[in-house]
Amino acid sequence: MTLFAAMRNWIEERFNWADLTAPLREKAVPAHDLSYWYFLGGITLFLFGIQVCTGILLLLYYRPSATEAFESVQYIMTRVQFGWLVRSIHSWAANLMIFTAFCHMFSVLFLGAYRKPREMTWITGMLLLFLAMGFGFSGYLLPWNTLAFFATKVGTEITGQVPVIGHGLKVFLRGGEDVTGATLTRFFGFHVALLPGLTTLLLLTHIALVQYFGMSVPPAVEARWKALPSEARHIKFFPNFFLRELMAWYIALGVLGALAAILPWELGTKADPFAPAPAGIRPEWYFMFMFQTLKKIPAKVWFADGDVLGIMAFGVAGILWVLLPFFDPAGDKRGRKLVLGAGMFALSYIIAMTIYGYMAK
Amino acid sequence: MVADSNPQSKPARRRIIQVLLGGGLLGSFASFIYPVLRYLVPPPVAELGGDQVIAGKIAELKPNSAKIFRFGSRPGLLIRNSDGSYRALSATCTHLGCIVQYHGDVQEIWCACHNGFYDLNGRNVSGPPPRPLEVYEVHLQGDDVLVSRKREA
Repeated sequence: MTLFAAMRNWIEERFNWADLTAPLREKAVPAHDLSYWYFLGGITLFLFGIQVCTGILLLLYYRPSATEAFESVQYIMTRVQFGWLVRSIHSWAANLMIFTAFCHMFSVLFLGAYRKPREMTWITGMLLLFLAMGFGFSGYLLPWNTLAFFATKVGTEITGQVPVIGHGLKVFLRGGEDVTGATLTRFFGFHVALLPGLTTLLLLTHIALVQYFGMSVPPAVEARWKALPSEARHIKFFPNFFLRELMAWYIALGVLGALAAILPWELGTKADPFAPAPAGIRPEWYFMFMFQTLKKIPAKVWFADGDVLGIMAFGVAGILWVLLPFFDPAGDKRGRKLVLGAGMFALSYIIAMTIYGYMAK
Repeated sequence: MVADSNPQSKPARRRIIQVLLGGGLLGSFASFIYPVLRYLVPPPVAELGGDQVIAGKIAELKPNSAKIFRFGSRPGLLIRNSDGSYRALSATCTHLGCIVQYHGDVQEIWCACHNGFYDLNGRNVSGPPPRPLEVYEVHLQGDDVLVSRKREA
């Protein structure tokens, strides 16, 4: 008896192997010309796994204090064998993960996968995206370099402009009135304990929901399949779809390795709380469209502070975005048009403002 | 009425028990949460240096140049004008808190984060800053440039 057969036998005697593996055997994925978009969520999940692994590796050498953080990252990148690679992969995978998460979100929007009964899948997905951005924002500060220091100053100051709770929130995030070593310690705690815990819970919920409802079929394909039921095609999740997903992961890993090796992530200069902000301060690219908007809003709009107005607008837009599925109830053509319009507008706004942000000096 | 009062009295007593239990439970939760909430608020940091600080030496700055100095825990900007006189302002941008710098060629104060400009009196002249920079008083004492907060009249 081979080892595998012995193990299987051991399990068979205690649990029902057939019952255990039934979901795997029965799960099917719709096959049509838009099936490729199904890979994006899986790729995002894979990149999250990379983040957990490389994050644990970085924790072996990183020191979360204002006096040691920059030096410890420098040490990782120059002294630790392959430290540059691990850190570079962590930074690149973070950015790619946010990118694939955004693509995943827009594909879900345009392919109508958020519709009833999948509203909760959309909402948990949006919360996961916010958590991912929180990961990005808190992780950005950890090397304690000039760019990150000022980006954090601006980012937390923006939080401070929220009416009523703003100031308290800012002090809570910064660990005081200013961005100091106390901020670094807090962000470190958020980045390695609070956010991973929340993300694990939400991620499991999100994946369980996807399993429960199965893959959504885009409205156009669904209409075609309804008219001609013989057209409908499915492939088995295991092993057919799973192997394709593995190939996608392998390609993602290849892209990630190449980027990390060819364009290693820079460290910059150590943050000095008493030096002027250098030119070219910018947040990470996925905050760029908001950053650029705030930069272009006049100081006073009518009688209100321009920034407060901008922040409130983004806040309201964010909440509406999370509730998007509820604007498109089943059988309402106007709702679908509204959501598609909002999606096109948001996508073009984000792309245009991001490009503008990088072109403008 | 008599028939009604009896069945009602039992649920009423149960209700009291529920309120007491629930209230006690909520109270105990509050006593767990309260210290946690207080713990989240960082203790205040004592302002160092008071209202006056030595921002630099007289010989240190050339005309039409500037430096950042520490005013307590906050940065300040000490500018030496082209005519040799000094002025000092808060270096914290009123927009989103970046640290501003002196732009010698246009003789304005510039914040690199969002391209905000202030004139030498600290007035916000262009870009997103909503308020002027706080202006400090400058006194020369021996070799030192002393900067102090303006007293409100």
